[in-house]
Amino acid sequence: MSNTSLHRKSLAELAEGLRKREFSSVELTRACLDRIEASQPQLNAFITVTREQALAEAAQADQALAEGRAGPLTGLPIAHKDIFCTSGVLTTCASRMLSNFVSPYDATVVARLKAAGMVMVGKTNMDEFAMGSSNETSYYGPVRNPWNTDLVPGGSSGGSAAAVAARLVPASTGTDTGGSIRQPAALCGVTGLKPTYGRVSRYGMIAFASSLDQGGTFTVSAEDAALLLRAMAGFDPADSTSVDEPVPDYVATLNEPLRGLKIGLLKEFFDKGLDADNERCIREALAVYEKLGATLREVSLPALPLSVPAYYVVAPAECSSNLARYDGVRYGYRCENPRDLMDMYKRTRGEGFGAEVKRRIMTGTYVLSAGYYDAYYLKAQKVRKLIANDFARAFGEVDVLMGPTTPTPAFPLGAKTADPITMYLNDIYTIGANLAGLPAISIPCGFTPQGLPVGLQIVGPHFTEARLLNAAHLFQRETDWHRRVPEAFA
Amino acid sequence: MSLTREQIESIAHLARLQLLPEEVPVYQDSLSRILDFVGELERADTSAVEPMAHPLPGQKQRLREDVVTEQDHHELYQANAPQAQAGLYLVPKVIE
Repeated sequence: MSNTSLHRKSLAELAEGLRKREFSSVELTRACLDRIEASQPQLNAFITVTREQALAEAAQADQALAEGRAGPLTGLPIAHKDIFCTSGVLTTCASRMLSNFVSPYDATVVARLKAAGMVMVGKTNMDEFAMGSSNETSYYGPVRNPWNTDLVPGGSSGGSAAAVAARLVPASTGTDTGGSIRQPAALCGVTGLKPTYGRVSRYGMIAFASSLDQGGTFTVSAEDAALLLRAMAGFDPADSTSVDEPVPDYVATLNEPLRGLKIGLLKEFFDKGLDADNERCIREALAVYEKLGATLREVSLPALPLSVPAYYVVAPAECSSNLARYDGVRYGYRCENPRDLMDMYKRTRGEGFGAEVKRRIMTGTYVLSAGYYDAYYLKAQKVRKLIANDFARAFGEVDVLMGPTTPTPAFPLGAKTADPITMYLNDIYTIGANLAGLPAISIPCGFTPQGLPVGLQIVGPHFTEARLLNAAHLFQRETDWHRRVPEAFA
Repeated sequence: MSLTREQIESIAHLARLQLLPEEVPVYQDSLSRILDFVGELERADTSAVEPMAHPLPGQKQRLREDVVTEQDHHELYQANAPQAQAGLYLVPKVIE
């Protein structure tokens, strides 16, 4: 078999090929590394490529495969978002502040996938400190959308999404604080899963907004996401909000019939801001679910329209607190020739952070400052409770909620950088799940006449990743949107 | 809401951020607009609502046993320090 077609395979298919010895992990890894390096001038999806380390890990995986010690993920390549700490490897969070930071330890997600035998091929580009929806705030330059390189890939996990969309790697990790997995997955035409808050350990995942951050996956299919989540999820004593709940076998329940599944359509998601082509794709996807035996009904979450304002109080507040640690003392960037300690702090942070990160830190500092706490932070946490209550009420009536992931398909670079609020509104359909801690997935469900992918979002109650993956998998058995590859990377 | 130049400078000081003179009006404009935008929250009646304390209902902050779990890694950690000497982090002189 020719190694030139390896990139068209899913993680599950590649795992089978490795087991049958149709190709080796070294061959597969080298094919990924070559595609990554060739794509860099067009896409800029990676900050660091770990060629030598990857080939050494792949050789070990081949050894394990030969000796019958291999698990289901042994020898499969993966790229990690550069927000995950990787021992001995540059971990920048796409910021000048961490442009020289070599992590002394592995994030739990990285350690678990390494222990499962996966081969890390590199670290993907992202919005600086995960703050952005277009991957334009990276210190290392923007990532471009593989479907049209004049367009953004979405953000903040834009590099991870573009890398899977262009089939540079079969899978990658990401993080989702307000939509940073689902929104780029939708704009790049891949499967993006954000698990329940606390399902995947945050240890070693550089903190942005600790009550919202959650690690997840980018894959070609829901089946691949199930394979990865099974290895990533689970209790971690090193993360104080990690939840001690058993991890089900997400792969085993992928084919459960959907007959009788009650799908709620969020009235608030089919509003005037939704692009007509996106809406058409979503309606067609819903018809597929009806054919599979599911029933549809409209539900309303009246507090949901306040999710973006609530988020832009809570997330900047937590960001200003988390990013206080970057002081130029212990690690990271330090300004030249500081006059005194205060000058060192201020210039280190003024020079080390980019414009959007500074904007979020200052917004957070303001809303937490004396006299404003009740009016902003406390109020936002109350509205957050209203939104969570709305979701809980809806899940009393339906099993899952479905709707668009984004209001529009991918937009041109520079189109939304002038006004931060225009950029913030990209996440209008995704932020609710973060505020309520719910699991959600975005899957490809069609294309616009311009050839741009559209994402269908499925949201479930806490810890129902198995049901979301099952619903996504059965849709992907009926459709082939998820197997489409941009022409330039076919 | 319109933030003044002095307010932006005060927020930046609290956040320990040195702003360039040309950055100040940019943040004056965008922060003012963000505060107007989040001001929509006032529309919600939250008189009977407790603020959310944890994204998962019923979860409490877990405490660990009070035992030593960390080993001494200071050499490894200080390899990332801008300036370290004899196991200490160096900063500009604080006390004259």
